[in-house]
Formats: sequence, structure tokens, C-alpha cells
Amino acid sequence: MSKNVAIVGIGYTSFRPLTPEVSYKELMFEAAVKAYEDAGVDPRRDVDSFVTIAEDFVEGTSIFDEYVPDQLGGLLKPNVTIPGEAIHGLATAYMQIASGLFDIVVVEAHSKASNVLTLPHITAYAMDPVLNRPLGANPVFIAGMEMSRYLWASGASREQCAQVVVKNKRNALHNPTAAYGASIEAQAVLHAEMVSYPLTVQDISSHADGAIVLVLASAGVAESLTDVPIWIRGIGWCNDASSLETRAWGRAIYAEGAGKRAYEMAGIRNPMEEVDFAEIDDGYSYKELQHLEALGFCLFGEAGYLTAEGVTGTDGYLPVNVSGGSLGGGDLLDASGLRAVAEVVLQLRGEAGSHQLPEVETGLAFGWRGVPTTSGAAVVLNN
Amino acid sequence: MGMPNVNRSLKRRVAVVGAGMTKFVRRAQETGKELSFEAASMALETCDLTLNDVDCVVHGTAPDSFDGVHMKGEYLADGSGAWRKPYTRCYVGGGTGVYAPIHGWYHVASGLFDICLVVCEEKMSSCQPHPQGAFLTIFDHTIERPLGPNLLWIFAMEMNRYMNTYGLKKEDIALVSVKNKRNAADHPCSLLGNADITLDDVLNSEVLAWPVQRLDVSPITDGAVALVLAAEHVAQRISDKPVWIEGVGWNLDTAYWTNRDLCYPRYVENAARMAYDMAGITEPRKQIHIAEPYDPFNYKELHHLEGLQLFDRGKAPEATALGITQRDGDLPVCPSGGLLGVGNPIAAAGLMKVAELFWQLREEAGARQVPGQPKRGVAQAWGDLMQVGTVVVMGT
Repeated sequence: MSKNVAIVGIGYTSFRPLTPEVSYKELMFEAAVKAYEDAGVDPRRDVDSFVTIAEDFVEGTSIFDEYVPDQLGGLLKPNVTIPGEAIHGLATAYMQIASGLFDIVVVEAHSKASNVLTLPHITAYAMDPVLNRPLGANPVFIAGMEMSRYLWASGASREQCAQVVVKNKRNALHNPTAAYGASIEAQAVLHAEMVSYPLTVQDISSHADGAIVLVLASAGVAESLTDVPIWIRGIGWCNDASSLETRAWGRAIYAEGAGKRAYEMAGIRNPMEEVDFAEIDDGYSYKELQHLEALGFCLFGEAGYLTAEGVTGTDGYLPVNVSGGSLGGGDLLDASGLRAVAEVVLQLRGEAGSHQLPEVETGLAFGWRGVPTTSGAAVVLNN
Repeated sequence: MGMPNVNRSLKRRVAVVGAGMTKFVRRAQETGKELSFEAASMALETCDLTLNDVDCVVHGTAPDSFDGVHMKGEYLADGSGAWRKPYTRCYVGGGTGVYAPIHGWYHVASGLFDICLVVCEEKMSSCQPHPQGAFLTIFDHTIERPLGPNLLWIFAMEMNRYMNTYGLKKEDIALVSVKNKRNAADHPCSLLGNADITLDDVLNSEVLAWPVQRLDVSPITDGAVALVLAAEHVAQRISDKPVWIEGVGWNLDTAYWTNRDLCYPRYVENAARMAYDMAGITEPRKQIHIAEPYDPFNYKELHHLEGLQLFDRGKAPEATALGITQRDGDLPVCPSGGLLGVGNPIAAAGLMKVAELFWQLREEAGARQVPGQPKRGVAQAWGDLMQVGTVVVMGT
């Protein structure tokens, strides 16, 4: 487990359902300025390379890459866009440094989901145009089918999934940047309007706007910039089949693959014992359970019970989504993973304020790209 | 501002050990997944590897609006061989094809992976009636889109600026189309190869947006290209003739393209200097033996040769007229036939240039082979709003 790349600066906006007063460029600028201040770097002088996470259709601009460098301070420097989960972008920055090419690399991810008037229609365009799109299904239908399969295969219950919503929305009440904090009961989740059985509207995270910027540095530079570098100890990512017809429906194979690689690199054999807390994708309530199992924190079918027993609560043995996750904080589309990473960094630095966990040394962040993808990425960080 | 700080303590050498390419065609019957599969399978076969040997896959493909598929990278993943493997898509507009092997390079150079499959695919024919419609959506939504601009117009402006700055005539530039379309006649995958094309054919072709005429521009194309990259210890074992990635560079200028002088691509110069610095190249005109600059328009080849520091500013047309850039000239340029001749499936066209260096440096380019046992070549692509340069230097 070598120390070769660290996170030395983070900046983020608050995450809100609507941001009519600012453009995506202004959101990016705000997060970037804060991150550069936090890291003590000048983007024009010190930063070698910039990585942004974006997908054209949700930006409403083809080749969105064009509109990135100005507000990040990246003009006439290496810039690239990764149309992936934000942790794929983090991995890209990691590799640019670990290869020996650069010393300081910036990663940016943002969501301006409130600008998208017809998101389900946009997402429907991610379906296979020949085999699946003619069926005309709303993409949430895929999540509903998967949840049905997961509940059947794992023995988890809808009530256990509802507990995830209750936990994450409560956690969000203690996080000043979270958009959807609430104190609700499981019954309210179960009896909410049904969207695609068994998913109710409360099982599905609502969108939020915001931006996150991280500054990464090589070992030598990191130690000269900060007293509290947060080291990337392991990073992994994986896809299952993109075709609906050939993927595993009950299990999150992509999360298994991503976790396995991250743990191998970090030298972690038993995640439940060696990882102190996790921020993992909870775009749909059941996903937190499915991802916990796939990431090796427990056996398949156990995560629901652990949640019901409070193991994943703030005071539990493995706090999960203390920030509120996407259910409580808002779904930032592909930027959700970078918010998870920023939260892990805050916790490891001891700067999480009202939702700080005591004595944490190792944290995991995991992001999934949402339906209809089978694409996820995990990172293990420690201080 | 200035140059990016390139750290020279690179950890691992990376080689290209295999390459594959579909035919470049006007309307492929195959889906994008199938095109990706065809190129990827061919690349693996050429170096006797199977998908089981591949540690990770990277993909390059340009706007989703061509195919009308959101998250196109995810859609293409299994066709590209990324089933249950680490997979990412990288994207810098038209520069993507030469960026993809750079993305693959640091997957291997970082030490995380030993064998990386790089796939680039483009299917433009799905966009009806014409992909120019999709390009309407690349412009600034507030300032530019209401004007209804298209790419031909802005490139016509850039071409005008280039001609005006250096006092060039259309004839000086049209020679590039003649050279590349003739070169492409020797490429088995080419769409517009033509051994008999003349300067008059180019000069008399239909005007699209003055000074751009039809034969000044590359065609709409479908196709895919794939490379296999390997870490040094693996490459030495599986290949007799690995071709090393010696330098990589990329650079992005402002989105406000109206604010800069279009006569010179400074971002290409920055990208080239980064790649040359990494490759230890101090005199590119002596140390580079083949160039595959990006040529979606004929003037772009000239523009890019100057940005790549291979000719002085405004001097590339003269070198072209003197035959220096012919396949048997002192500096063969686009011996493949380039985008003007082989075709321009955006991202796949960029990777085709890197594949051409691979074949040329291994002396496997058949009828296209440049004489004199070339040892080092440079490939470059360009994109976004006349804004990004991506450069790869390869050598034996």
C-alpha cells in the first residue's frame, strides 16, 4: 500500500434542488476557487492537468468539453472530459499522477439537473436503440425490475429498504450542504406514491444542483502543500454487461469488481474490519443494500438486517452515508461520487463539523452511474 | 500560463503491440457495438491475445448526438470487450481519437494494468439528414447558437484567416487533398481513395462555404479502430516488434474562440511541445520521420504541421508544393491517406492515425509503406471549437 497520490484540496457548493441564480459555469467556478484556496495552489501556475466529468445530453451541449477550461483556470493546459462516474474521473487523475507524468491534477464534477426539463426522456436515450428503446419503457422501470429481483434473490424486504431512506434523510438534517434532509418514518416511504413497483417516490433520490472540485498531488508535492494529505490507497472500477439481456440482475457485479480492485490495491482483506465508514451510492434505496453486499461489507442478503439493526447508522459499527448520501443530499447524477469522496476527505480530516464521526482513519466512497448502466467505481482513502 | 509542468520521472514504458481497423464506409450496416467488436477482435488477433488477457478497456467516441445514444460509452462497452472489466470513455471532441491511446497509456504507465485495449468508434450515418445538424448543438447556447452556425462556416473563417495571413491561394491548399486522396488509394479500408484525382478536380468541386469546397473536406464516415497497449515486460514477451509510445501531449484553449487569432493553433504547439519534451525530442524536424496530422479539412494539415513545429508558420504550403510531404518525400505526411482520403469517423479517424504509425514503423504498411525505415512518427488530432490538440509520438 504505497503513498503515491493524495487529495490536498476540496471545494464544493451547497447542493440544492434549484439554482436559478447561477449557471453551471458559476457553480464550477465557486467550487474551484474554494478548492484552490484549500490546497493553496494557483491553477494557472501550479496545476498541470484538469479532468472534468460530464455527459453531453444532460449538459444540453454536444462536446461539453469545450466549455470547461475557462472557469477552472485551465486555459492552454491539458484538459480532458471523462463521460463516466465522477470516481472514474478521480481514477483518471490518479493515473495521470501515478504514471509520473504530472504532480498536481484537478478533478471537477457538477450537476445542473434542474436545467433538464425531461430527464427521464434523456435517460431513455441511453437504452439500446435497436433492442430496448422501441419498448418505450421509462428508465425507472429498469430500477423497479432490478429491485424486485434483488428482493427476491436476497430475501431483503421493502421495509429494510425504507430504513435506508429514513436513515439517510435523517443524516442529511445534520449536513448543512444536503438538499433533502427530513425526519420521516418507514411507513411514509412504503405508502408513498408508487413509481415503478416496488419503488415508491420516496425510494428514489431527487435531483440536486452543485459542483465539487478536488486537487490531487503526488506524494512529494502533497506533503509540501498540506499537513493533512488524504491518501488514495486503493481505486477500482468495473462494468457489467451494458445489454439488459445479459447482465446479472440481482447482484451488482460492477460494484464487486470495483471493490475487489480497490481493496487489493489498498491491501484490505476484510472491509468490515478495516474500513471505518463508507459513502456509497444510494440513488435508489435498495442500491445501498445491494452495494454494501457487493463491496464485501457483509454477505448477500445481510445488508437489510444490518441496516434494521442500526449497524450502518451514525453510531453504528459501519456508518454508511453519514452525509445523507443521494437520498438525503440530492442526486447529483455523475457528480454524486465526487461528493462522496469530498465527504470522506472531510471526515478523515476531522472537518465534518456537525456530522463528524469520531476517530476515523479509513473510508470508502463508491459511485454508480445509474440506470440503465452497470458501471461503478470505488476508492479507499486514509489519513 | 505557459507550458504544463511535465514531470519527467516516468515509471513504465508502454508499447503498442496490436492494431485492428474496420473498413471506413458511408453507411455501415453494423451497429456501433458491432463495429467496435470487429476492430477490437482484429487488434487482439494480430498479437495473439484474447479478451481474457486484457486487463482494462478504454473507449473514445465523439458526440452522443451522432448516434442519438445517451451515455454512448456505456452502450458500446460490451461490444468493445469491457464485459466485467474496468472501462472508461475519454472525450475531447475531435481530438478524442489521439487522446484515447494517451488515456490507455497512463492506465498502463501508472502500474495499475499491464494490457489495455483501446477502441474508438464512430457511427455518423445514423444522424439524419446530416451530422452537421448535430454540430449545431456544440455552440454556446446563449451567444452563438441563436445564430445557427455550423462547422463548415467557422472552419471557412479559420481557413480564410490562414490564407489571408500568409497570402495563400486555394491552389496551395488544394494540393493536400490531391496528395491524401491519392495516398488513400493504397489503403484497403479507405472510403475516398482516388489515384487519379487532380488539382482541377478539387478546385472545381462544389462550393460549400467559401473558401471551403467539397473536396477540401473529409466525408461523413462510419468505422472503428482498436489498439492493444502493453507494459514493457509484457510487450517484450508477446511481440517481436513493439512500437513504443514515447511522448504524449494534450492541450485545450478557451471556449471563446472568437477571442483568438485563428491563423495559428497555439494549443497544438503546446501539446506537441509536451509530447516532444517527454520523448526527449529537441529537433522535431530531424527526429520525426513520419507525420499524421489531423486533416478533416485540407488547410488543417498545413495548420497542424506548423503547430507541430515541423514547418515554420505559413511555410507548410510551400513544402507541400515542393513534394516534401509526399510519401517518398523528406517528411511523409498522412501516408495513410488521412481523413480526406481514408475517411473521417471522428474518434476512429484519430486512432487510425496512431494505427498508421504502428504499421509504418513496423514496416507493415504494404503499398503505403514509406521508404527509408522510419524510426519515429507523430500523430495528432484536433477538435472542440478549434480548441484542442492531442499528440502522440511513437518510435521503435
